[in-house]
Amino acid sequence: MDFPYIVEPRRDTGLYNAKLGIWLFLASEVMLFGALFSAYVLLRVGAEPGMWPHGWLNIPIGTANTIVLITSSITTVMAWVSCKERRYGRFKFFHALTILLAMTFVCIKSFEYHDKFTHYEVTLANGKFADGHLMERSKDFDLAKHTGSVTIHGYEVDNEADLMDLHRPEAKNIQREEITIPATEIKFMERYGPWHHTYLAIYFTLTALHAFHVICGAVVIGFLWGPGTKMWRTDPERFTNRIEVSGLFWHFVDLVWIFLFPVLYLL
Amino acid sequence: MSSHETHSVRGYIFVFLALIAGTVLTVWASFIRFGSAEINIAVALTIATVKAFLVVAYFMHLISERKMIYLVMGFTAFFFAALMGLTVWSLQPNSLIHI
Repeated sequence: MDFPYIVEPRRDTGLYNAKLGIWLFLASEVMLFGALFSAYVLLRVGAEPGMWPHGWLNIPIGTANTIVLITSSITTVMAWVSCKERRYGRFKFFHALTILLAMTFVCIKSFEYHDKFTHYEVTLANGKFADGHLMERSKDFDLAKHTGSVTIHGYEVDNEADLMDLHRPEAKNIQREEITIPATEIKFMERYGPWHHTYLAIYFTLTALHAFHVICGAVVIGFLWGPGTKMWRTDPERFTNRIEVSGLFWHFVDLVWIFLFPVLYLL
Repeated sequence: MSSHETHSVRGYIFVFLALIAGTVLTVWASFIRFGSAEINIAVALTIATVKAFLVVAYFMHLISERKMIYLVMGFTAFFFAALMGLTVWSLQPNSLIHI
């Protein structure tokens, strides 16, 4: 049985099935991310004054990832143009670049996640706070039994609020050094995971959902670049439609990041 | 999509360069203190919206799409705007929505 309008558009709508389908799917995606952006606004405005973080993420790394994703958008559109012009070699080249850029994005994001999961805020017994990346944990370290010590590369502050705004002018003078803290002097320590602060909770939720979209998109594009190209020989028109539909999804992924970058990294 | 659109490679490259420039501009603007945090947020979101328009209009070809797609995205834009509008409204002290 042949399904109608797989390749040729319907006369009334002017669209083939997959194209209408992907736009309806993207409409639902707008509302999904919209709800999370709304949650971000409510969490940010609801935070105690001075307790919403600024400068916790690395701006050059975020900028690099933005440029990677924008570049992948143009390689995707160039892959589609190549299909339209029936230039198979060029299509393979541009979509190989898209896949490489997607992998680059995920690698950079993984590096950022690793950075957060090795970053600790330590509440000291004397009421001060130490903050930095874990360098070493002694073999006998046990916070409950008060044995051993940890070494972090960071700095100490008197108030927790001083850890929040790393964009303030005084934050530029912070000297980071290796600090060894015995377990007896530690009241509480916690890594910068989603549980540490509502900012990190919404950061991980938004970026992990976005990274999931990047991975899913890369898998689909990878399929169309590899085994899926069989259709190029049998039905190039339908194959070109598939490239267009996967491209529309990929541009949406780029679109979401265009808003995530300033909201999470810069503001 | 008409065939002449497939050959507007120059246009795609222009959009790509505009998106890169927009990214640099966003980062640069974030280091400038415009007087209040609200203005900084407005500037960053305005640049992001222009970049989003470029992606949607040219890379996703929404600028030359069919009426059916405009209908779908029109509904989406309405509900998205309502969601954001209700969110902002809920933050007003005299709002009827309490969070």
